[in-house]
Amino acid sequence: MIQAGVIGVGQTNYDSKRRDVSMAGLVREAIDHAMLAADVDWDAIDAVVLGKAPDMFEGVVMPELYLADAIGAVGKPVLRVHTAGSVGGSTAVIAASHVCAGEFKTVLTVTFEKQSESNATWALSPRYPYSPHINAGAGGYFAPFIREYIRRYEAPEHIGWKVAAKDRQNALKNPLAHLQIPGIDEKMVSETPMLWEPLRYLESCPSSDGACAMVITSEEMVGSRKVAWINGMALRSEGTLSAGRDEVNPQAGIDCAKDIYQQAGIQNPRKEIDCAEIYVPFSWYEPMWLENLGFCELGEGWKLTDEGVTRLDGSLPVNMSGGVLSSNPIGASGMIRFGEAALQVMGLAEDHQVEDANIAMGHAYGGAAQFFAMWIVSSSKN
Amino acid sequence: MSSDQTPKDYRESLIHLEYQYTAGSATTTFLNQVKEGRLVGQACPKCKAVYVPPRGSCPRDGIATTIEVPLTDKGCIESFTVVHIPIPGNPIVPPYVCAMVRLDKANISFLHLIQGVEIEDIRIGMRVQAVWKPKEEWTHSLENIKWFAPIDEPDIDVSTLRFKEA
Amino acid sequence: MKKVAIVGYAQHKILPNAGALNEVELLMPVVHKVFADLGISQDDIGFTCSGSCDYLQGAAFAFVEGLSAIQTHPPIKESHVEMDAAWALYESILKVKMGDAETALVYGFGKSSPGNLDSIISLQMDPYYISPLWPDRVSLAALQARVLLEQKIITAEEMMAAVVESRKHAASNPNALITDLLSEDLYNSNNYKSSPLRALDCPPISDGASAMIIASEDKAFEYTDHPIWIEGIDHRIESSNLGSRDLATSPTIESSAKLLQLENINFDVAELHTQFSHELPFLQKLLNLGDVPINLSGGPLVGNVMMCAGLDAIGKTYESLVKNQLKHGLAHATSGPCLQHNMLVHLERQS
Repeated sequence: MIQAGVIGVGQTNYDSKRRDVSMAGLVREAIDHAMLAADVDWDAIDAVVLGKAPDMFEGVVMPELYLADAIGAVGKPVLRVHTAGSVGGSTAVIAASHVCAGEFKTVLTVTFEKQSESNATWALSPRYPYSPHINAGAGGYFAPFIREYIRRYEAPEHIGWKVAAKDRQNALKNPLAHLQIPGIDEKMVSETPMLWEPLRYLESCPSSDGACAMVITSEEMVGSRKVAWINGMALRSEGTLSAGRDEVNPQAGIDCAKDIYQQAGIQNPRKEIDCAEIYVPFSWYEPMWLENLGFCELGEGWKLTDEGVTRLDGSLPVNMSGGVLSSNPIGASGMIRFGEAALQVMGLAEDHQVEDANIAMGHAYGGAAQFFAMWIVSSSKN
Repeated sequence: MSSDQTPKDYRESLIHLEYQYTAGSATTTFLNQVKEGRLVGQACPKCKAVYVPPRGSCPRDGIATTIEVPLTDKGCIESFTVVHIPIPGNPIVPPYVCAMVRLDKANISFLHLIQGVEIEDIRIGMRVQAVWKPKEEWTHSLENIKWFAPIDEPDIDVSTLRFKEA
Repeated sequence: MKKVAIVGYAQHKILPNAGALNEVELLMPVVHKVFADLGISQDDIGFTCSGSCDYLQGAAFAFVEGLSAIQTHPPIKESHVEMDAAWALYESILKVKMGDAETALVYGFGKSSPGNLDSIISLQMDPYYISPLWPDRVSLAALQARVLLEQKIITAEEMMAAVVESRKHAASNPNALITDLLSEDLYNSNNYKSSPLRALDCPPISDGASAMIIASEDKAFEYTDHPIWIEGIDHRIESSNLGSRDLATSPTIESSAKLLQLENINFDVAELHTQFSHELPFLQKLLNLGDVPINLSGGPLVGNVMMCAGLDAIGKTYESLVKNQLKHGLAHATSGPCLQHNMLVHLERQS
């Protein structure tokens, strides 16, 4: 298989309402940053892969059609990926597949969400006939799974506060992050209103506008550029309402992680992976995913968080950029994880750089914790 | 010219689309029975998992759930959340409890409300039963069940609920 | 370069209104059929990819519901495009070529009957300038038809012939939605919907689902001695700004045809994703198809399942090559107003 690598990552700044730009302007902003970082011109781009979450978030049907010009796709192949919340990650995987299949040398990929142009809660909570209308948004959906995790492993409630405070402290070192809360700490999180027990206001992700783009290329095109080699990438899905599914520790996540570790030759992820950008839209998903991804045994995830292992200065930093808890343009949120992982191994993460990061993980999940996309990027080739 | 001279950087432009919603044949069968006050799940002919409300397929095996399985309106709370914010378009006053209710003999749970109990007393594994609207108000909707309320039966260990293929 | 073959295809009978059948119920039978034809199951599939559209269904995450029709235990390698399933096929081919999978299941489904397709397609346009004007899909297509007629690239007679012929061909397609024969008189007395397009120049509102299985070179020979190779496939998009496009031609189709070196191939059959009558003679000339039989299935004019019709063009070409032991087939899939995004697929039967 052809080895692919990321040579440029571009992001917009994230905010609740980016009214200074149109949708086209938003995606182009990320693309311009990515192409500048990669030092490539339009004639080097062979195909474009666009990803975003439901069209109803902006009210534009199949937006690759409208955005063809803005994403520089005119005259080129373009694919539009939609795999729910994991889409940012799966879009990156599919963009890299264009290169790995040997069909294209260099691919531009971009994901975005401009939630301010619509009402995302409405888009996610249609009033279906014949059923009780008790959908209380994504937090209401995931909170029962989190409660079950806490029950199973007798986790103390401050763990959630700790994750929420840690990720926002990291965001203060990332000028692009949406939430910038000076002086954020556990106490401040614990004093915010309860939304969906056990989740408090600051334990939940914001709703953001933003875009993230990457330039992915084949080994022969890299030249002297800085590169994050994609040493493993995978997708896994399982059915929503499938009997026997464990929503707390989904099998699809376990399988997906094993797949990328095998591809990247990783035996012990806890020791070998230097840092990880993991999709944590609600605080408790950090310990839950640490277990699901095999960084520790079941029931031990909250202890890693509690011991400070996942802090920026810990032995396994998680969400150095501030994570989904600090910026959440849904369709792009997965790609931001993948892109931030790449920036770490390229040594370009500036104030939130982990020292000597050589192997990093990007992770995204979506739907009812049923869709997973992951990759391992490294400063050295497989 | 409008009296408001403040320049705006955006305007609302609402999209209105109408759809004829299709429940599907499995859900239609289910709702016809719900209208009569009965809860009838459907089982997968291969793995035998019982789905309620049925959606016509078993996502484990990707085949139609063809076996009807009458259920009672009793079950347990598999997990729950106390919601402190209102639901758009629903008059319910927070805080209220939204629970994953697992009916006896069913292999998946569904979200419904828990009432008739102090919120502090609600726990995972608690036994509950449907509280129905008056019969004359029954329609083709799970809203025929107002909410689930606790019953005086011993709690269930929810770790025993996980479906295992026979 | 690794070769990839189509080894199975199944299509639900196209319905004007599937009524009580939901998307999962439409999809399950075709997935089961395509498996049964090969004697395999989801366990034999390395990658699964689908095409669907939330706005057709009127709810976010149509593909998540669709996935309930698929065996997902144990978890599967799976993805989705919010595009016609022809592009799900494209993605799947990449996965096979890179060695991530030896086989792939591709499916698409769509019901246009529950909503208002004209309004939904309006939302494909620029949301700031064009969509608020609610241009309907027929009027958009009519813009191109007018250009083609006025520049004498096609004639009104050719448009009529496309409609009349499609009905004749539909007689031998058990899945076609419209099978009534049409007289020239009846066509000529039909009212214009958006001039120069009459109602009969437009595809019917259709509900349906289709599934396809592809395989790597090694795997393909396990299923058949005569695999249908995807000898060439290419797709490209044009500007969203109709004013900047020359609607009298299609630079994307021309460049894909050149890239795939189609000019040297004697095609035995072609299935084109021509939803409006004028598009058929237009593409016939653009692709130099001369007297190559086109749309023997009847094509989109006798049944046009949104998010599937492109995959169906490829599937019907595959069926023709298999059934009639033909050598070369050409399929075309499209997306967006006025043939904005086009895919060409060259299929070749192993002799």
